Amino acid sequence: MSGWEFRQHDGAGLIVLAGDWLTRAHEPHPPELASQGNRAALERVAFDVSRLGRWDTTLVAFLCEVRRAATAAAVNFDDSALPGSARKLLALLPVEPSQKHPLAPGRLRFLARLGGATILLLSDVGASATVMTGVVASSLRLLLGRARMRRADLLRDLLRAGPRAVAIVGIANFLVGAILAFVGAQELRRFGAESYVPSLVGVASVRELSSLITGIVMAGRNGGAYAARIASMRGNDEIAALRVIGIPIDDFLLLPAVMSLCLSMPLLYVFGCVFAIGGGFMVATTSIGMSAAAYLHQTVDAVPLGDFIFGAVKSIAFAALIGSVSCGMGLRAARSAMAVGEAATSAVVMNIVGIIALDAIFAVIIQTLGL
Amino acid sequence: MDGIRASESGPILSLSEVTLGYGERTVQRRLTFEVRRGSVFAIMGGSGSGKSTLLRSMIGLLEPMSGTVTFANENYWLAGSRERAEMGRRFGVLFQSGALWSSLSVGENVALPMQMFTNMSESAIRRLVELKLELVEMEEAIDLLPAQLSGGMIKRAGLARALALDPDVLFLDEPSSGLDPVTSRRLDDLILDLREATGATFVLVSHDLLSLFTVADDGVFLDGPAATAIARGSPAQLRDTSEDLRVRAFMRREQPKSAPHLDEEK
Repeated sequence: MSGWEFRQHDGAGLIVLAGDWLTRAHEPHPPELASQGNRAALERVAFDVSRLGRWDTTLVAFLCEVRRAATAAAVNFDDSALPGSARKLLALLPVEPSQKHPLAPGRLRFLARLGGATILLLSDVGASATVMTGVVASSLRLLLGRARMRRADLLRDLLRAGPRAVAIVGIANFLVGAILAFVGAQELRRFGAESYVPSLVGVASVRELSSLITGIVMAGRNGGAYAARIASMRGNDEIAALRVIGIPIDDFLLLPAVMSLCLSMPLLYVFGCVFAIGGGFMVATTSIGMSAAAYLHQTVDAVPLGDFIFGAVKSIAFAALIGSVSCGMGLRAARSAMAVGEAATSAVVMNIVGIIALDAIFAVIIQTLGL
Repeated sequence: MDGIRASESGPILSLSEVTLGYGERTVQRRLTFEVRRGSVFAIMGGSGSGKSTLLRSMIGLLEPMSGTVTFANENYWLAGSRERAEMGRRFGVLFQSGALWSSLSVGENVALPMQMFTNMSESAIRRLVELKLELVEMEEAIDLLPAQLSGGMIKRAGLARALALDPDVLFLDEPSSGLDPVTSRRLDDLILDLREATGATFVLVSHDLLSLFTVADDGVFLDGPAATAIARGSPAQLRDTSEDLRVRAFMRREQPKSAPHLDEEK
């Protein structure tokens, strides 16, 4: 058993330490010097270590608290009986506890948090907008043949944003198309309108869902990766190394990232549409007994070509958004491993919210233009 | 190369009343000093005294809060971005972490600045890359990626990349940190050889005293609590003749008697 006992004889206090004082063995005992004995009469406090067993910093922490309490109460702290090494450790610690910054009162703290979050959000948006303008300027330079982009970098990013993403985009869209056909068939059956399932799947996926699903998949897949890559390059001073010798990061890093997405996402969107219609086709031909020819015929009838163009334009906008937000988050990250993870997370979150918001804006524009 | 260097006179770099900081926090105040052409100039001081911050302001990564940085008689921060980029190409920087571009091989790292800023053919660039890597004894690693290198190799590859454009000034941030004594010594010898062979100026941040005494012939000593430079001169001069107790204690690896270093900055 470990512990301590306080004994007082006139003005002299004695703390008797007993047993083992080990961090892994027991909870530290906070001393309550003020409540022990007659404080007014206490002049000095000493220690008896004859029954003290093994000890580590737990004991030193306790002694430090005793010393602070003794100093505060103007009681003489007599450490002469303590083991020499404990005295040495104690001497390394300050007598006064370190000053902690006082916390703002509750209401102010809430306001401060709200303000901090608002500023953070605005600066995130600002960083993304800066990347976007930089990339636009950089692509204009590319058209004039003056951008310092390496073709190898574009090809590498294109490979990651294109062929390697086909499977996941295909699966997600196929399943969404199938779900849509299932749910649609159930509801339309009540009106005897099951034959409209192909139109429902076709119009919904070509106009809205395929570009949205593709955007969200790519935001998670490539957006997070871009943010993490750029954030860790920043942490490792690779971005600084580019800046010093004047290699424009817009051209060298951001343009290939954003351009690869802008080139690949419209194609992925078309793939997505085909897969979604395929999902609907599978459900319709197997569970509601529609013929393959009828399904395809009705899909072709229901989906005008203009909808594909609209969807492809949206995909390019989503791609520009994903590229800019992700690179912006990466460039804004602090220089630590944790910041890399945070940059990736906030890039994905901002991308998904941004894509849905952008989709809503497109819907309003289409509605207003009456297309 | 020598022609360019001979045509300019005066100090290659000079700072006048430069105050540095981040946001509202001032790190160093009113720094004024010159870096002579061809010298090995050391930025010395304890941990957290602002050495790397000063280096960042000299290579154009951090704009001073006030004061002027002059490179080859031109005010760096008043120059247009194009002129600044041109000045930047006369710098070679070895970052503390090496900062090799992780997606490129060692050879590509050294080649990239040349591909970006010269009209040389790929084969000419390749020959120069091999030469620079041979200088730092890294020719074997030309096709390796940075992730496959040891700490010492990263530093040497970083140095080869810093040499890519034959810079007038080489900035080295803690070149010997994390290196074993032998490798560190080889790096010191390399710095002296390169200085002699190319006539380049070196600015290095270090608190490796052994290395400082070996290579540096001039320098400035920054103090964190005082937030300014408290001594000027070569590391050996500071060790032997400085009247400032803090400087002498640091350069002799002793505990300062009056311990002003240990006080928190108010």
